[in-house]
Amino acid sequence: MTADLTSDLECRALTRHFGDVVAVQGVDFSVAAGSFFSILGPSGCGKTTIMRMIAGFLEPTSGDIRIKGRSVLGVPPNKRPVNMVFQHLALFPMMNVAENIGYGLRRQGVAKAEIIRRTGEVLERINLPGIGTRKVSELSGGQRQRVAIARCMVLQPDVLLLDEPLGALDLKLREKMKVELKALQAEFDTTFVYITHDQGEALVMSDAVAVMNAGRFEQVGAARDLYYRPETAFVAGFVGEANRWRGRVEAVDGTLAEVRSESGLLIRTQGQNLRPGDRVEIFVRPEAIAINLDAKTAAASPNQMAVQVSALLFNGANSRVLVRDPQSGAEIDVALPQSAEFSNLAKGAQVHISWGREQALCFADATL
Amino acid sequence: MSSKRLGFFLLLAPLVLWLGLLIILPHIDMAIVSLRTRVAPREYAPSLDNYAAFVTEPLYLFTFLRTAVMSILVTVITLIIAFPISYYIAKIAKGRSQAALFLMCLVPFWVSELVRTFGWIILLRETGVISGFLQWLGLADQPVEMLYNDAAMMLGLVYTSMLFMVVPLTTTLESLDDAVIEAGYDLGGTGPSVLREIVIPHAMPGIVSGCIVVFMLSLGNYLTPTMLGGKDSLWFTQLIYSQFIVRFNWELGAAFGFCLLFASSVIVWATLRLTGQTLERTMGEGS
Repeated sequence: MTADLTSDLECRALTRHFGDVVAVQGVDFSVAAGSFFSILGPSGCGKTTIMRMIAGFLEPTSGDIRIKGRSVLGVPPNKRPVNMVFQHLALFPMMNVAENIGYGLRRQGVAKAEIIRRTGEVLERINLPGIGTRKVSELSGGQRQRVAIARCMVLQPDVLLLDEPLGALDLKLREKMKVELKALQAEFDTTFVYITHDQGEALVMSDAVAVMNAGRFEQVGAARDLYYRPETAFVAGFVGEANRWRGRVEAVDGTLAEVRSESGLLIRTQGQNLRPGDRVEIFVRPEAIAINLDAKTAAASPNQMAVQVSALLFNGANSRVLVRDPQSGAEIDVALPQSAEFSNLAKGAQVHISWGREQALCFADATL
Repeated sequence: MSSKRLGFFLLLAPLVLWLGLLIILPHIDMAIVSLRTRVAPREYAPSLDNYAAFVTEPLYLFTFLRTAVMSILVTVITLIIAFPISYYIAKIAKGRSQAALFLMCLVPFWVSELVRTFGWIILLRETGVISGFLQWLGLADQPVEMLYNDAAMMLGLVYTSMLFMVVPLTTTLESLDDAVIEAGYDLGGTGPSVLREIVIPHAMPGIVSGCIVVFMLSLGNYLTPTMLGGKDSLWFTQLIYSQFIVRFNWELGAAFGFCLLFASSVIVWATLRLTGQTLERTMGEGS
């Protein structure tokens, strides 16, 4: 990755070992100034370790971290131009809101009147004017969130790190805070680095997302790329929902291939460098599968079959149908379109499903 | 009467009996005894003579003040030693070593105070371990007596009180989220400023509750000053003992007892006011 002048944060070959365990292995990335960058991965993948190394609580075993082009290796956390919003926010319970926000300024030796002015200003910007004298325990979850961000932003850091700050909130509030966080990031025009295991959070808010697994970055890209053009089987399985089959390539014609799944389902797909006999994994997103009540409209598709509805999973706009292929017995997860045609669909009904070659994502089976 | 109320009174009974028989009743009796004076054998008249004697006799007043000041000193020294220990146990040690360290603080309390204090005598006396070691090193050319002075007594009192400071401190420090300390550093704090602005304010209930307990224990200690203190390190409890047991002057002894109770109450109250804590909060959060 080349050094580029517009990047606020850059990590090069970042590696961290804990004894024999490799938590982070040769991670490279750079974050453009003023962008929202997320690191998405399952728990234990090493994303918190990366964050703690950037904040300065851990030193990397090898590799370099540069902030605005300057290496921060060996710089203690209190001297780094980054601030962190902790998972449980870590507001100081012994101080009121204004004292919490003013803490960093007091440490910098800013004059009292200036602290009061800047604290008031940042409270305006997070839309909570006049709550300075309140205790932290008197605030709602969403307010605390904003105060925690304000406490960092008042110091005007180059990079703001956020460690799953929405994890402790309930679902409704979390949805609201996602939008609000994105708005705050635009308001402060600061680089945000956000780590989460929740793909919804990462995809909605980020300009770029890094998907992390077992200490490595699997893919870095825009949310749309990760979803439609995953580069690895892990990304395909982790980002978004997918029907997943293991199988063996039976026939190849150029980039076109036919794969027989372990359950006996024949799937027509496409991919580079496939040879007959290769073991592969196939991912088909539920929403990529078209569902029809009769065979006529579905006829043009390379993958199509007559199936029986085995279960209806109603969840408003995210409703699903589980269908069973009578030949192979395979269960397929299909998104239910919100049209009147399917409103009376019942268990046991016969339907036709189909999907295109390009919608069946094919990867070499990594588990072998 | 419903069975629910009967149950309530039965549950309350031990507490009421304990408070009534062991605390309130003896104190009322002591108060009465302290407020009378013997005019002839088996003849008593109400008077304030005992309290007057306490105020006018310099030895009594001096010993009283000395005991209070030294107890405060013991409390401060205990706090200064116990705080880093507690911080280490609560925040730095992990898993097994944390439990082991805590146990090490507890182990000395499995033997009686008498035996523990005697341990110090073995170490500090003229023919003791430390004296012998110094002579062996050549740092002393004759046996060194380290017992029977104020320093030895303070040492014993601090040692005896340590656990009662470590337990509430460790408990309150454990309840401080590590992330809050890290946030302190992350936002530009240095070690001393994080300690002053975050750790100590959070630990305040534990500090105050530990200090109250240690202060009370030191003020009311009899054994340690008697065994380790010299003839100049008179402790107020020794005066009370001698009035009751040696002189059979129960009236004066009772008055002394009340003075001690009064002093400890005032000092504890003042500490709470000074630190802005309430008794409810410190006792709730402490051990």
